[in-house]
Amino acid sequence: MIDLHGFGHQLWLGALITIELAFASLAVGLVLGLIGASAKLSSVPVFKWLADAYTTIIRGIPELLTVLIIYFGATTVLMAIASQFGYDEYIEIGPFAAGVTALGLTFGAYATEVFRGALQAIPKGQKEAAVALGMSRWRIFYRITLPQVWRLALPGLGNLFLVLLKDTALVSVVGLDDIMRKANIAVSSTKEPFLFYSAAAFLYLGLTIVSMAMVHLLEKRANRGIKTT
Amino acid sequence: MDFSVVIEYFPKLLEGAWVSVQLIFLSVLLGGIFALPIALARTSKNPFVNGLPFLYIFFFRGTPLLVQIFLVYYGASQFEVVRESVFWPILREPFWCAIIAFTLNTSAYTAEIFRGAIQAIPVGEVEACKTLGMTKVQMYRRILLPRAFGIVLPAYGNEIILMLKGSALASTITILDLTGMARTIIARTYTPIEIFLTAGVIYLAISMLVIAIFKQIEKRQNSYLGPIGSIKVPDKG
Repeated sequence: MIDLHGFGHQLWLGALITIELAFASLAVGLVLGLIGASAKLSSVPVFKWLADAYTTIIRGIPELLTVLIIYFGATTVLMAIASQFGYDEYIEIGPFAAGVTALGLTFGAYATEVFRGALQAIPKGQKEAAVALGMSRWRIFYRITLPQVWRLALPGLGNLFLVLLKDTALVSVVGLDDIMRKANIAVSSTKEPFLFYSAAAFLYLGLTIVSMAMVHLLEKRANRGIKTT
Repeated sequence: MDFSVVIEYFPKLLEGAWVSVQLIFLSVLLGGIFALPIALARTSKNPFVNGLPFLYIFFFRGTPLLVQIFLVYYGASQFEVVRESVFWPILREPFWCAIIAFTLNTSAYTAEIFRGAIQAIPVGEVEACKTLGMTKVQMYRRILLPRAFGIVLPAYGNEIILMLKGSALASTITILDLTGMARTIIARTYTPIEIFLTAGVIYLAISMLVIAIFKQIEKRQNSYLGPIGSIKVPDKG
């Protein structure tokens, strides 16, 4: 049963690609989310406006459309830019790069809201105390704000990661060899769609369970200094 | 950038948008109807009653919507029994397969939202019902469900937006919804940026409309609670 007409190994390879894609997008998304949240809370109106536009647009259009826009659009845009510099060769970005960009942008938009909530949840008095102790702005962020933001944002980020994990399936539409596409390939040669899509579903379910356990451990670790009831 | 193609194909895109709206409306409506019994069973304390809804919700929330669509559209046709049954005329149509997959998916998410709302009702109100001698049915019909409806609205609005975004996946099983129509047009004109961006704007417009409608309903339903925002709704997982 695990052999799946010889395609079991292929599905595992697909699972590895799915995991790589999820973590690469997570890294991009976390950075974008922190920048977005800082921009939303900034006193400069332009930053605020830009961050608002970013989250509204990305959260309002389908993830599949984002993936398609990045994959097919980036080629056109890059080639237009390159031809300005006299480079007229064909440029193409691969499905993996397009997937990381699209899913990172999506994760970043939702993470912006999570981080914003976490940043606002830190009592103002702590910042005042840090200023009174003569800490620089960067040091306050690094020593006081960031460690607490992590703890407060973790439950929200965990949920977003589970969503991200499922969204990775969309990148198979533009040809990334992830679980979904490996399943498609297996289906087209064995004509047993139910078997392979069920196998894919259970692989995703397994990944979800592992992620949930990991988030739980991270939360436990982040909360070790906090008294819980 | 050539925006004359946008003007030329805009009616076609609107046609696609109409298919998307139909998909969303039907699946949210059916999903909402199925979600209620699932949520009620899920809140039961009897493990034989709440076990099955738990697995159902876990499966549909833990796997990608794309897999679920493919399972319904391609997967079901693997079996001779299905192909010879009376359901085949329905399961053969991509549109109805999308509706089935979306309905199953959204009912799992919605059931969790309903459960959160039922459990968010203060215990005191349940106790008050019991003190007044209400039967269980009366209590649910008169107090718990109307209260849950008010609490559920903001999260339910979010779920519809998520369904709107999920509906784009219908394009993967040959349905000409907004995304599918955009891809067809692009295959002909090769102007991905212009057409996809226009499709994105139409999606944004639809979600803004949904948000505006829900703000209105919320205002009316929860007017007895004072200003909006005074009730806490558990976050969707």
